[in-house]
Amino acid sequence: MSTPENTPVSNAPVLRMESVRKTFGGSVVLRDVGLEVAPHTVTALIGASGSGKSTLLRCANLLEEIDDGAIWLDGEEITDPRVDQDAVRRRIGVVFQAYNLFPHMTVLDNITLAPRRVHGVSRTEAEERARGLLERLGLGGKADAYPDRLSGGQQQRVAIVRALAVRPRLLLLDEITAALDPELVGEVLEVVRGLKDEGMTMVLATHEMGFARDVADQVCFLDGGVVLERGTAEQVFGDPQQERTRRFLRRIVEAGRL
Amino acid sequence: MTVTKGESAREGADDKGDMSGGTGGGVPDDGYVPSERRLARERYRRARARRATAVAALSTLVTVALLYLVVVSAPGWPRTKETFFSAHYAREAFPKVLEGLWLNVRLLLICGVAVLVLGMLIAVARTLRGPVFFPLRVLAAAYTDFFRGLPLIINLMIVVLGVPALRLQGVTVDPVLLGGTALTLTYSAYVAEVFRAGIESIHPSQRAAARSLGLTNRQALRHVVLPQAVRRQVPPLLNDLVSLQKDTGLVSIGGAVDAVRAADIIVGRSLNYTPYIVAGLVFVALTIPMTRFTDWVTARMDRRRAQGGSL
Repeated sequence: MSTPENTPVSNAPVLRMESVRKTFGGSVVLRDVGLEVAPHTVTALIGASGSGKSTLLRCANLLEEIDDGAIWLDGEEITDPRVDQDAVRRRIGVVFQAYNLFPHMTVLDNITLAPRRVHGVSRTEAEERARGLLERLGLGGKADAYPDRLSGGQQQRVAIVRALAVRPRLLLLDEITAALDPELVGEVLEVVRGLKDEGMTMVLATHEMGFARDVADQVCFLDGGVVLERGTAEQVFGDPQQERTRRFLRRIVEAGRL
Repeated sequence: MTVTKGESAREGADDKGDMSGGTGGGVPDDGYVPSERRLARERYRRARARRATAVAALSTLVTVALLYLVVVSAPGWPRTKETFFSAHYAREAFPKVLEGLWLNVRLLLICGVAVLVLGMLIAVARTLRGPVFFPLRVLAAAYTDFFRGLPLIINLMIVVLGVPALRLQGVTVDPVLLGGTALTLTYSAYVAEVFRAGIESIHPSQRAAARSLGLTNRQALRHVVLPQAVRRQVPPLLNDLVSLQKDTGLVSIGGAVDAVRAADIIVGRSLNYTPYIVAGLVFVALTIPMTRFTDWVTARMDRRRAQGGSL
């Protein structure tokens, strides 16, 4: 397993956050967050509910405006107010906990919407590529179905295909298995594993500790609005340095989730 | 074994596994023989349904008889019958009223389209963000506030009677065109609110998903929010169109010869009110198909929602 530290050359971070602060009304969700994501690595954000994992991802995609600090994508500061936010979002794919598929469109239309409307790809080409991706994820027969005819696992895989269809530089996965029935979690995680093997740079907020330990190059434990502990999966799960990390992991183990 | 009509909907919902619910399409071929318990249950339900039908028929009969007696035995009935329900004047008025109705139908079609377009534009204007659009937003809000509050009849009088009084060059004095304009002005305000409610009912996560794919605000509105909003608002929109359909009768105040005005002319000559009744019934007959269609669309959408569909 390669860590950001020992990957040679051209490992300028894809995503970098520095001193990010984000509050909602009176509550401080992110107090002072720093993060670096090297190319072709997987970063897992772990932490209790409400620790700010989802908020961090939404800030990285500019769906939320940060209060302070800065975020860079491929060395470009995207929190500069002069930046074209739509252009930034085109380079980042997002998969949501609740899938957020468009219910009035077929699977194929869901996937080809952005390539066609945003990237100017022709319908034929976009559909051909979408069908290819669906085929690879075992959804070949579902292209013309509407989302409400699919199982949760299938919907989430479609959502992943939709995010991939624009060939993003970075993929953000926000608790993508949290809304799934337990027996459907595996098929979605398998897809993420496949993407890792292909070298996709990913940041995922997750409660699936086993999966995080398995697939992540870097694990960040969020607590109290900061990244309290970061390291390789072995370091964070095997030998946590912080008392709060230890307590969190103990609770996870007690709940039988690790 | 199908449950008697009227009962079937409710019963079908109670026992989903029961094949008489009828959504499964066909009986499974697994050698199942209905148990005595089920047959007894169905016998009881049939008997209960028969009893309900009998009671309904009887009570309808009694109600109609009572109403008839009350009206017919009223002291003024013979006179009322002559002035409101004269067969002679009904025959005379009917063709004229139908002729006038053609104008109402044309008004409905043209105003209907204009109202949908204008209503949509206003609704979208109200949801635009950004400082550039501030005046547009305010204007759209003021428009809906004003025209929803202004009684249609007053609006019509101002436009149909007031505009010609200005004697502006090149501006029409045609009461049909002006009446149609007034109807469009008022109904666009209602329809804009219906569209706006639809837009706001779409969960923000849909917009977030669209924006995170790199779609601009406008593209997200056009491809993701509006199609869902419009679909969701079809029943209230149809309801407003039914309402518009009958309100086209109000253009008669400007002198346009529609169904109401056609009746009016005969009433003025004969001092018999039967033509009004004829015109009223014709309007009702015209709106009933539309109302039924609205109900049908609404029921179909409710059913889809109940089945777990998101639309």
